[in-house]
Amino acid sequence: MNRIDKKFNELRQQGVCAFMPYVCAGDPTPELTPELFLTFEEAGADLIELGVPFSDPIADGPTIQRASQRALEHRISLIQILDIVKNLRKHSDIPIALMSYYNPIFRMGEEAFCKAAQEVGVDGLIVPDLPPEEAQPLLKAASQYNLATIFLVAPTSSPERMKLVASVSTGFIYCVSVTGVTGARNTLSDEVATMVEELRKHTDKPLCVGFGVSTPEQANQVAQVADGAIVASAIINVAEKHLDDKDKMLASVKQFASELANGTKTDKV
Amino acid sequence: MQQLPDATGHFGQFGGRYVPETLMPALMELEEAYTTLKDNSDFQKEFRYYLSEYVGRPNPLYYAERLTESLGGAKIYLKREDLNHTGAHKINSAIGQILLARWMGKKRIIAETGAGQHGVATATVAAKFDMECEVYMGEEDIERQALNVFRMQLMGTKVVPVDSGSRTLKDAINACFRDWVTNVRSTYLLLGSVVGAHPYPMIVRDFQAVIGEETRTQILEQEGNLPDCIVACVGGGSNSLGMFYPFYHDESVRLIGVEAAGDSIRSGRHAAPLTAGSVGVFHGAKCYLLQEEDGQITPAHSISAGLDYPGVGPEHSYYRETGRAEYVPITDKEAVEGFQLLSQTEGIIPALESAHAIAYLRELAPKLSNDKTIVVCLSGRGDKDVYTIAKELDITL
Repeated sequence: MNRIDKKFNELRQQGVCAFMPYVCAGDPTPELTPELFLTFEEAGADLIELGVPFSDPIADGPTIQRASQRALEHRISLIQILDIVKNLRKHSDIPIALMSYYNPIFRMGEEAFCKAAQEVGVDGLIVPDLPPEEAQPLLKAASQYNLATIFLVAPTSSPERMKLVASVSTGFIYCVSVTGVTGARNTLSDEVATMVEELRKHTDKPLCVGFGVSTPEQANQVAQVADGAIVASAIINVAEKHLDDKDKMLASVKQFASELANGTKTDKV
Repeated sequence: MQQLPDATGHFGQFGGRYVPETLMPALMELEEAYTTLKDNSDFQKEFRYYLSEYVGRPNPLYYAERLTESLGGAKIYLKREDLNHTGAHKINSAIGQILLARWMGKKRIIAETGAGQHGVATATVAAKFDMECEVYMGEEDIERQALNVFRMQLMGTKVVPVDSGSRTLKDAINACFRDWVTNVRSTYLLLGSVVGAHPYPMIVRDFQAVIGEETRTQILEQEGNLPDCIVACVGGGSNSLGMFYPFYHDESVRLIGVEAAGDSIRSGRHAAPLTAGSVGVFHGAKCYLLQEEDGQITPAHSISAGLDYPGVGPEHSYYRETGRAEYVPITDKEAVEGFQLLSQTEGIIPALESAHAIAYLRELAPKLSNDKTIVVCLSGRGDKDVYTIAKELDITL
């Protein structure tokens, strides 16, 4: 069984919601990526979303755009990122979902990429610009190498599309909480509960909510309805305040991630 | 007969829909609306009405006698898209799409622009049809095309500067997609070229096909035969595809797309994905593009803001792969020479984009005998480019 499936089985038995922070590989430096990753784990992350920076991230707001740009200044490549995972696996067994736009994967070749990803210890794939209709080559390769294929559902998705997404998703389903791009927001969209409720009619796979989940309170709200809360931009916003001071950065990220983790683990506040 | 694109929006391996899930329902809604309207005679009548009365179509297919004489060889005809209202071919598709948007009940229009020609066309139709309009434009292009920025503002459009990435067309398209993801329920994305996810490449092509349809009628009237060659510049590829598509099945007609070779192909600073790129997925479609070994997009370079784009339409990618069309590179320097050549022989100042097509004639026309004909798509007029040309020629205005 894949680490992601194992983790959600475990969490379901405990009756708690997963906390899944995001780190953009190479941001602010390739050397800091493993440290941030392990900091998340210490802070109570259940899974980690590892982002592959892309030159033209059309689904991302300004925060992740900046993170991607910082990472790409180090000319970090998909191969180097897989290498980071390989080294991390010596220290950590936490489930890893790799988030990449499609072109770097297509360029490497779906089969070669999935083989390499599985070998280094990646557990699942999130490809935000790859809808199920275009995903056959990746689905085939991913299933061959036991990688979860995590597709996205949006507030604009019809029940028919929810069914389609649910049918090809493995590991979990990524529920996009807002009609919009990634980025921290003051309030959690009302659309989340409705969307999750509708999606539950079509699947019993774990549902994780991301895009705009920004505070421990919002993570707690997500925990009331979904199986996981994904937080990206809000964490980067915290890290960005200490780009020149590594220790402060790690300490403040750890503090914030712990609060978010607690938010997903406590009853309604 | 083969249908392009196929039912799933692909041209062979190219095209498709590589977009965030949020946009999938909108693309499907657009496809459905367009499929219905395409064969609706009232819609077509309205579209034709505005093309004729507002845009000023049909524009001439003009025999460029002095240009022909100066190059020696094949007879050269110019399809005068520069004489359209707003001065370029972009208005054809802008009219079609705003009618589509209106029919779909959308109240807000967004668009991207490189040279500003598509932005101006969009601002124009937004004013004419009373819609709120925002145009995204890279900061570098805003500097290069100040005149077009002001034209848009005069017509009530908000020009939004884009400062991310290479600050040119590709980043303006990214910003447009992000706006559309956020405001998809109320907003129509009025794309300017035959790029993006299905059904955009098909919709823009169909609205631009009026260029080739008119050319066919006009050349048959004037010459009694189809042309031997058709030449057009390719950035995203809308004027060229509008010209090529109606001749797709006429195998005797050579279709030649001219890409921007920037400094030179060898220098790596160019905008010629069909000449020197590779297959990838960019801005919603599988196509040829400029990319690094690891799949990051390489910024393009061209003196012409309208060709300064690292990708190209999926249908052009398909024509290249199947050999139906040929694609050739023309450098910045050659384009400037083409610009001067047409200005001096015909008294027509071409857009720098179109000047790439003109420049290629110097190579092509002399090789063909004088009983052959070449049609060139003169996609736009060059008023917007005179400052760039002056700078290039070290002249202070």
